[in-house]
Amino acid sequence: MNDLPRHTELDIAAIRAQFPILAQKIRGKDLVFLDSAASAQKPRAVIDAMVGAMETQYANIHRGLHWMSERTTDAYEATRDSAARLLNAADRHEIVFVRNTTEAINLVAHSYGRGILKPGQAVVISAMEHHSNIVPWQMLRDAHGTELRIAPITDAGELDIPAYEALFADGKVGLVAITHMSNVLGSYTPAERIVQIAHANGAKILLDGSQAIVHRRIDVQALDADFYVFTGHKLYGPTGIGVLYGKRELLEAMPPWMGGGDMISSVSYERSTWAQVPHKFEAGTPAILEGIGLNAAIQWIEAIGYDAIAAHEAALTDHGLARLSAIEGLTVIGRAQDRGGVISFTLDRAHAHDIATLLDRAGIAVRAGHHCAEPLMRRLGLESTARASFGIYTTPAEIDVLADTLLKVREFFQ
Amino acid sequence: MFEDVRDLYNATIIERGRRPRHMRRLDDFDVTAKGDNPMCGDRVQVWVKYAADSTIAATGFDARGCEISKAAADLMVEAVAGHTAEDTKRLFAAFLTLAQTGQCPDCAEALAPMQPLAAVHEYPSRVKCATLPWHALLAALDDKGNASSE
Repeated sequence: MNDLPRHTELDIAAIRAQFPILAQKIRGKDLVFLDSAASAQKPRAVIDAMVGAMETQYANIHRGLHWMSERTTDAYEATRDSAARLLNAADRHEIVFVRNTTEAINLVAHSYGRGILKPGQAVVISAMEHHSNIVPWQMLRDAHGTELRIAPITDAGELDIPAYEALFADGKVGLVAITHMSNVLGSYTPAERIVQIAHANGAKILLDGSQAIVHRRIDVQALDADFYVFTGHKLYGPTGIGVLYGKRELLEAMPPWMGGGDMISSVSYERSTWAQVPHKFEAGTPAILEGIGLNAAIQWIEAIGYDAIAAHEAALTDHGLARLSAIEGLTVIGRAQDRGGVISFTLDRAHAHDIATLLDRAGIAVRAGHHCAEPLMRRLGLESTARASFGIYTTPAEIDVLADTLLKVREFFQ
Repeated sequence: MFEDVRDLYNATIIERGRRPRHMRRLDDFDVTAKGDNPMCGDRVQVWVKYAADSTIAATGFDARGCEISKAAADLMVEAVAGHTAEDTKRLFAAFLTLAQTGQCPDCAEALAPMQPLAAVHEYPSRVKCATLPWHALLAALDDKGNASSE
């Protein structure tokens, strides 16, 4: 794929035409969907792949000896190749399918955490994590006696690198689990650097790519990430399917997490033996249709190319920051230098929920609340923010509609 | 613009959300409880002082949240004044019906202060904002300490 010529500019009208839902009217108004960071809309290619599988080649996988099962197995397993290519993983066996990012992190916390980490070792997370990258480590701490350390962020919303590095001083850190891009602030973390620091101190590292992989090309080998996790539904794919990338030697050393069919080599009442990776971690019938849909999403992303996606979203983010910052009484939360298409804000005269309700009446979908990041909200001294997040189908004109409508929201609450 | 939201964001709700009349901590109280909406981050605490006859003599609250939750808390204080805990539970059941359906066939006159919130049923994601202070109040009356509107 890397040798194919890439578009440098997106034909947004053509892209939008591939998303049937964008033709919907909300209370008679054009839908302005600015909540892609929560879950992205689905292109025709994904919809057709899932419907097509149900209509023409569906059966359970990995066990059938008949035509339908073999074809479905091939289609599902092709997703593993696509995911490996998307991440530039060295080996397709390093791709474990899970339900979502949350499950991927829980898998690592349970298996690597209890199986490899020793009580008394520490896990480092950052002060801008989603609850999904906080709670599993708290549960590990309480069950296994590991310590949980929090790498602070600066007031600009960037990881405080010297403070992060200082957390390793006593040599107890065994694992780092940090977001690659904040779902609240839009900040990227300097992944190469934080991986280097972790490795230099003998720790492994998991990067939560839920947000980052939507906007940027990820190369797990260049990053030297030990684990990289993402979810399908934010990447224009279906819900119920996500990916845990893990270095093969780590996955092989880790004990299975859930037991059941598909993850075994043999079973007797005395003992069972485990399948090879990645199947060791894939107990039970998986999300077959969703896996097939994810393959369509990955191929769709690859056809457009990350260069074009990143350029489009950088322009949108610049435009969004300029338009929103110009609104009197509006405060953009987080001012990271390296940031993606997520803008959280507060408005002096209106609570985030009231903003969201009024915007909704104008056909504009935003998120409001604590964004599943309560500790970050406390760090910022906030209860909630409104958040506009951009996708590949977002247009500058939609951001103008948001900004113009926010001016009227402010008038409404004066 | 936004004329269609005036059913919910009416003059009473805006005024009570902006300048609540009863948003204060009671120093002299019998029971208190916190209410928390974990999905959106709204928080409220309610303090109650009973009269000698076990009716509610005074209610105070502190709220961090949207206009709807603050206005609902402020109006609730007036609705429950003078009622027993049992009466208050019946009032909440009636208010819940009003908030969820917009109709309240057996609404007592006592619930009249809550009528400005009747349109919240048109905004399903906001019903929990309007009911959060009531959940906190009932937790206080049951001496439970905490409540959630989820």
